[in-house]
Amino acid sequence: MESPEQIRDRILAQFPGAEVTVAANPSQSGQRSLLADAAHVREIARFLRDDESLQLDYCSNVTGVDWPEKEIVDTVRVELPDPSGGPPKAVEKKVKRIREGCLEVVYHLYSMARGHGPLILRMRTGNRADRVSLPSLTPVWRACEFQEREVFDLFGVVFEGHPDLRRILMWDGFRDHPMRKDYAEPDDFEWEPTPHDAVLAKAARHYPDSAQAAPPAADPTPASPGDAPQGGAKTQPP
Amino acid sequence: MMLPDEEKDELRRQGILLTSLQELYNWSRSNSVWPLNFGLACCAIEMMAASMARFDIARFGSEVFRPSPRQADLLIVSGTVTKKMAPQVVRLWNQMPEPKYCIAMGACAISGGPFKQGYNVLKGIDRYIPVDVYIPGCPPRPEALLNGLIALQEKIGGQKLTGPDAPRHLRDDADCNYPVPDFGEHDLEPPRNPGVWHPPVLVRPKKA
Repeated sequence: MESPEQIRDRILAQFPGAEVTVAANPSQSGQRSLLADAAHVREIARFLRDDESLQLDYCSNVTGVDWPEKEIVDTVRVELPDPSGGPPKAVEKKVKRIREGCLEVVYHLYSMARGHGPLILRMRTGNRADRVSLPSLTPVWRACEFQEREVFDLFGVVFEGHPDLRRILMWDGFRDHPMRKDYAEPDDFEWEPTPHDAVLAKAARHYPDSAQAAPPAADPTPASPGDAPQGGAKTQPP
Repeated sequence: MMLPDEEKDELRRQGILLTSLQELYNWSRSNSVWPLNFGLACCAIEMMAASMARFDIARFGSEVFRPSPRQADLLIVSGTVTKKMAPQVVRLWNQMPEPKYCIAMGACAISGGPFKQGYNVLKGIDRYIPVDVYIPGCPPRPEALLNGLIALQEKIGGQKLTGPDAPRHLRDDADCNYPVPDFGEHDLEPPRNPGVWHPPVLVRPKKA
């Protein structure tokens, strides 16, 4: 299969108004992907499916990524002129900027006819609150239907043109999107014998008077077996 | 007049069978516990294995897996109960006629198991319905299920027909209908049945 850059150049030649970039991947696999703009993504998807040398006729996986708003601190070198007339001093300055949050949908495309793949196609919503619509690719690959429903359910991306956009895992009256980073899950377990601090702190909220409320490191005396709570709970790990 | 058990055993060895109505009643119903044909996850595979020839749950009178809750005596909650499934499990339990019993089979049915910290898993079916026998394991082997069934049979055999310890179906004050939770906007409503389940009491030494 061609490299993502070659495919990008061919798409740009085919659709002059489209915005397609190759998203870098700093991980070891280095698997790069095509980031397409929402306005043209359906034409691009049709092109990827029908092009003679690509024939990406199989969409194996659709998933979502939540990118919350993030403050990024850039270090910039600034040269300050010396008032006494000497050479200018180089000073490092920290500049803060806000990276806008968005939701991303990722499609993994393979070709059954050619036996190659995957090509990874991504698209992003405008933000995480009110501009969360993206064109559905179910008209291009029928296999996307359930998986786009799953992304709709768990991330809250609204797919326009989807034939049957309903929640698929959670119930219809459910309001949240559990895979978003800011999802607050219901506080419905009362004790937990695992050594994870976050889980212990969560369980300890239900027992403000117990020793479990203290952080584990601050309480060096392990509970004796006779103090085991009811219900067969293990004692707190030292 | 109640004879002590040793005397009854002695008479039984001599060929004289003495029994009471309570004993006969409990003996007969504890040996024909018909489970509901209902599985939820991988524990259900072990439950099926227990009903097949190698483990043969028929030896204990429980081979008749009923496809209708109206004919079943035992609900084996075999597997992960998701929050989406929990109302249906409680509804099946309500549809079963008394006397009925519940076995929570496996870590998930007991407490949520490996999925306990997930947002969509019920943290134990005992939050909504009363559980008689808990079988730990992930999943429990068929022998463990048979052991749990024997424990349930012993429990049934020890039940009194009268008095405050009588099972629900012989009492007037026990309500056999359990509220079915609704799907809420964020969680099941209510998240637990306070008449059945209380959070465990942690007894921990106070810090000096």
